[in-house]
Amino acid sequence: MPKYRLHINGSEKVVDVEPDTPLLYVLRDQLELNGPKFGCGLSQCGSCMVLVDGVAVTSCIRPVASLGNSRVITLEGLVNENGKLHPVQEAFVKEQAAQCGYCLNGMVIAAVSLLNENPNPNEAEIKDALQVNLCRCGAHTRIISAIKRAAGNQ
Amino acid sequence: MFELPKTSRRKFLQKIGYISVGFPLLGMVLGEQDPVMAARENFQGTLPGSLRGANRVNAWLQVLEDGRVMIFSGKVELGQGIRMAICQVAAEELDLELDQVEVHLAETGLTPDEGYTAGSGSVPNSAMSVRYAAATARQKLLELASLKLKTPVKDLIFYNGKVKTKNNNQSLNFAEILEGAQIDLEVTVPIPVKVKSGYRYVGKAIPRKDIEKMVRAEELYIQDLRFPGMLHARVLRPKGYQSKLVKLDESGLSSQVSGVIKTVIKSSFIGVITEREYQAVKAERYLKANSEWSTGTDFPDQNYIYTHIRSIADPPQTIRNEGNANAELNGNEVFKATYTKPYLKHGSIGPACAIAMFDGDILHIWSHSQGIYPMRRAIAAMLKMDEEKIHVIAVPGAGCFGHSTADDAAADAAILALAYPGKHIRVQWSRQDEHYWDPYGSAMIMELEASLDENGRIKAWKSEVWTDSHSMRPNNDPATLLDSRYLENPVELKDRGYLGGGHRNADPYYSIPNMQVNAHFFDGPLRVSSLRSLGSYTTIFSIESFMDELAEKAGKDPLEFRLAHLEDERAIAVIHKIREMCDSEFMKDGEGIGFAFSRYKNTAAYSAVAAKVWVEKASGAVVIKKLWSAVDVGEIINLDGITNQIEGGMIQAASWTLKEQVTFNQNGITSSDWASYPVFRFNEIPEVKVAMIDRPDLPAEGGGEVSMPPTGAAIANAVYHACGKRVYDLPITTEKIKSA
Ligand code: FES
Ligand code: FES
Repeated sequence: MPKYRLHINGSEKVVDVEPDTPLLYVLRDQLELNGPKFGCGLSQCGSCMVLVDGVAVTSCIRPVASLGNSRVITLEGLVNENGKLHPVQEAFVKEQAAQCGYCLNGMVIAAVSLLNENPNPNEAEIKDALQVNLCRCGAHTRIISAIKRAAGNQ
Repeated sequence: MFELPKTSRRKFLQKIGYISVGFPLLGMVLGEQDPVMAARENFQGTLPGSLRGANRVNAWLQVLEDGRVMIFSGKVELGQGIRMAICQVAAEELDLELDQVEVHLAETGLTPDEGYTAGSGSVPNSAMSVRYAAATARQKLLELASLKLKTPVKDLIFYNGKVKTKNNNQSLNFAEILEGAQIDLEVTVPIPVKVKSGYRYVGKAIPRKDIEKMVRAEELYIQDLRFPGMLHARVLRPKGYQSKLVKLDESGLSSQVSGVIKTVIKSSFIGVITEREYQAVKAERYLKANSEWSTGTDFPDQNYIYTHIRSIADPPQTIRNEGNANAELNGNEVFKATYTKPYLKHGSIGPACAIAMFDGDILHIWSHSQGIYPMRRAIAAMLKMDEEKIHVIAVPGAGCFGHSTADDAAADAAILALAYPGKHIRVQWSRQDEHYWDPYGSAMIMELEASLDENGRIKAWKSEVWTDSHSMRPNNDPATLLDSRYLENPVELKDRGYLGGGHRNADPYYSIPNMQVNAHFFDGPLRVSSLRSLGSYTTIFSIESFMDELAEKAGKDPLEFRLAHLEDERAIAVIHKIREMCDSEFMKDGEGIGFAFSRYKNTAAYSAVAAKVWVEKASGAVVIKKLWSAVDVGEIINLDGITNQIEGGMIQAASWTLKEQVTFNQNGITSSDWASYPVFRFNEIPEVKVAMIDRPDLPAEGGGEVSMPPTGAAIANAVYHACGKRVYDLPITTEKIKSA
């Protein structure tokens, strides 16, 4: 099996996997990260999202071989070295923006990506940015409030 | 990492024994002000069902070595926040800080058997059992402390995990009082419980502890569990419900897919175990491409599903009959309408997952099932194993909203673990299988007829409801598990499960002198089981749409018309509240507001919902702008938790109402993913507002389902007010509005 050198959450990881393995499986199965979740494997729901070079992308169909030198940040990697939460993570806790929380990874990642681009999004822009992300519990309105709160706190 | 529970935690707890004397910690207590102890009153009422099954204090509560308390509940966390609600109730009765309480949710052999976590029953059953067990424990702890400290109870202070003398000379924590023993005492009335006015936690919006864990990506879900040497597996599901394996050529598997450890074939059950997870995905794909199945589905044409349902239904059963509806409807002016609802999916965002490990004696299963004890019975029957040899640990999955596929995944893992002992086998379902094999919420038909008297009041009412079962949950019958139907000696389903859920709320909660309700049960073509709120979503969609139509015939305002038929002041209060909430809402051209009301199960929580929609005239496209709900669940345990449930329930029901239906053709299910079974995405999400009416002195009802039934009708009524078109056949799509 080929080896790949990946940049994950600020450190370099060498993984030994088949080239067609989607990034999600490498992150969860090999690197034992819990943030990105398997939801569909079809790039339809957003639960597997990670930041690749600062932009939210789904990781469930993206082959590991295609990553090159890209920098990957997962939900875990948003917490700083002192254990302090990212403003978006903090806002999700403050707004209690989850029920089962299974979608939360993708929501937080998509929100961080949005705020990187647009620090002051309006409601329509927030909704647009989260269009891929499904939540079956109906926590959407709290998620929107959390993103507004995070934008305000940045 | 989870450890294998060789000796159960409970045994460990019971073995702790140490003697200690309550030395006063003068330095600490001197500066502290004595708390005022809340008054207590005797509870004399009926104890919850769960307590009748497990009636000892120590079944629910044990004191840990450090004096904190461990609560045991047989319910599981589904994202409804039950862990926090139980923690609040226990901390309240025992005057503890919230972090002095740990909650251990469902695990066989350890927690009480509380059946399923369903039907909005966790608060009334589990949390209330904990309340009474904790209050009983408090009483006993006081008595024991009084003996030990040689101080009368009236001179003791019970606070913060300690019992101390009022003169502050001595104090004991709970562990010191019990000296390693536990309270093996029956919970019986009268029970001195805290008066509601003394509450610190109950009724308040207490943040859940697990949301911080979620944002930190801590190990929380079943999908996150990892054990040393754990292997991965997929199950190749048959082509259709009745398909049998004809041929499987696995000769090339190992050369095509690396890491394959074992293929397990038992009649038409095929599982494959691999080292890594993605290898299992590839192995399943390979096996699928190299297998042949008998065609095994004979579905009716979806366009005629309701005709089909009528044709296969049993003769009707009369569920309720008061006055003489038939005579009153005969010959008088009668209004009629028929409403239909398609099969709906649970649609969990995380497909089912399970882990199992057979250690040579005990089969351990980690599952996100809603009922670990009943599932254990079903798995034991399927595997012909002694139930006591199966150990099930509940671990949260993604929100599942009823009986979905968690139990089937656990059965998969159990079969594979027995075939490959000594290793943890993790089974993950694919999105497609989750969509194809879900036990859907049944398609339903509701026919309504009513007549009005000269004052515009309803004189007679008749409901005819067509429904399949609303619970095929695992139980002693192994056929409730999918795998049982494909193993050697397959078992067919013996009974039709819970039919009562189908006509839930089919009898209006309104005062109507002549009322008849008839249920037509059918054994439909698609696999079904319980979906959040069961039949109520359809029955209330129909009744509350019809109420608006009748109000119009009677020339009355829709809310006034409902109020004129209600006597229950709690029902009246939620309707007044909802009116007040959207009183000042301004309607632009093309916008409309609609209302609906229901009391869940006609015996539990109350909710009134309002919907504001905009309908684009030319295209018939509907946009839900805003949803309001006024809810009375009796005593509120966690204000934010219940609000979250009500909000989420409205959004999920709104998605059902405008978008959802399971599609199929003669060959099988065609809703295979989120593209072919679309649900609400962010751009469709309305604003939501919830008002809770707190009734601290009334019993606490669960709130997980209450906002769903009225949401569908409120939207249909709003669409009617916005554009004058009424849609009777769910979902309310653009095309149907156009052609109405
Ligand atoms: S799991 Fe990747 S988008 Fe759904
Ligand atoms: S909180 Fe459960 S899917 Fe979003």
